[in-house]
Amino acid sequence: MADFELKKYDEVPIGGVVTGGATPELNETGDWRSNKPIFDEDKCIQCLLCWSHCPDASFYIEDEEVQGIDYDHCKGCGICAEVCPVDAITMVPEGEDSEDE
Amino acid sequence: MSNGNRQVLTGHQVVANAMRQVDPDVVAAYPITPQSEIVEYFSKFVADGKVDSEVITVESEHSAMSACVGSSAAGARTMTATASQGLALMMEIVYIAASMRAPIVMTVANRALSGPINIHCDHSDSMAARDSGVIQIYGEDAQEAYDFTLMAQRLAENEDVLLPVMVTLDGFTLTHTAQVAELLPDDTVTDFVGDYEPLYPLLDVDNPTTQGPFDMPDYYFEHKLQQVEAMKNVPEKFLEIQEEFSSLSDREYSGLFESYKLDDADYAIVLLGSTAGTAKVVVDELRDEGKKVGLLKPWMFRPFPGEEIKDALKGKEAVAVLDRSLSFGSSGPLYLEISSALSHEDEKPRLYNYTYGLGGRDIAEKHIAEVFEDLENPELEGKMRYINART
Repeated sequence: MADFELKKYDEVPIGGVVTGGATPELNETGDWRSNKPIFDEDKCIQCLLCWSHCPDASFYIEDEEVQGIDYDHCKGCGICAEVCPVDAITMVPEGEDSEDE
Repeated sequence: MSNGNRQVLTGHQVVANAMRQVDPDVVAAYPITPQSEIVEYFSKFVADGKVDSEVITVESEHSAMSACVGSSAAGARTMTATASQGLALMMEIVYIAASMRAPIVMTVANRALSGPINIHCDHSDSMAARDSGVIQIYGEDAQEAYDFTLMAQRLAENEDVLLPVMVTLDGFTLTHTAQVAELLPDDTVTDFVGDYEPLYPLLDVDNPTTQGPFDMPDYYFEHKLQQVEAMKNVPEKFLEIQEEFSSLSDREYSGLFESYKLDDADYAIVLLGSTAGTAKVVVDELRDEGKKVGLLKPWMFRPFPGEEIKDALKGKEAVAVLDRSLSFGSSGPLYLEISSALSHEDEKPRLYNYTYGLGGRDIAEKHIAEVFEDLENPELEGKMRYINART
């Protein structure tokens, strides 16, 4: 969590509105994921279905190609693994993937 | 000043015409007796090209208010209408509309809440919404429902308010009966309601916002305090809007409640909605007999004008508060407000609490006359009594 200065009721926008569209930059929201998508670059055919289906915005894209997954915001929903036509994404229980070993 | 058009219309038609003249961007609603015809008439205006509104037909009132919240967040002027079970189903999102400061104007055609299932009038539906954060205005007749629907638009969208406004009219008694009502000219209403400039329209992609996000304990309280402050601004703004509206119509609005022969009255009745019409007849008859009786009819129930009502009831001998809903295990909601408003007074009138009209039970002139008789009897003070019920 970012370090916020707590403001009074009349110092913040009404209705809980967050202005500036910077919420994801300020908050890491992927810390309660129970399943983690693992991306296999070798299998990927760059169809971008994972990127277009992701309910967050958790795929790093450069030059119209998937570069990897933003684990700071991925909630582990698994939609990307479901839609991937070449099984380039697999879901593993959090803490049990090879990167964590 | 008015070049208005006096017509014989039902409450439904009058409210639908107010909506036509407001010409909102979006109306999302689901049919329920006794509200349905409001949206039916409005849908005809849409089909006939009289308005530019988008009507969203949904599968429930929960969805209706959800669509309204989304549309309002997008920056669209948004209206809806419901009643009874519809409002109950909508309730979760009514609270959210208020907290998101969505200036949605909604009509409630008052109807009893189930169970037992009943389609007739009482105020249990809107009273269940009294803590939701919406502004509540109760109309006595179709004319008031029309006038307040137009004023509600201005009140909801006032930059110091920005809250949903609920305008109520008694189901069947007002919705289904033909009454004489004056509709203002269309262009007068267009000028009166003006253009809506949303504060944080979601569709303004150059200024992106997040709306309706999660609040932790560190901000939830402050956001509720914002709603508290917005409510505090309502009475002053409502009076300003009334003054402007009065200059455009034949009606004179200048208060948060109507006082009828109240100033010199010793005995007064306080009640909401259409029964005020019956009470006025009784007040006139008793006045002819030389009795000093009067009526206080709150227009605004949220925010509750306790301070102003306290002043208006100062010096009265006895006051009867007539509630058209129950709060089981407690007193009526209106009684509690009046009782609370008077609680710090050293000398206060004797207070009497009545429940009447549940599920459409009739209340006649003789019943109101009996209440005024009761008020002369100090022994009946404070006891809940049920008018025209077989106790």
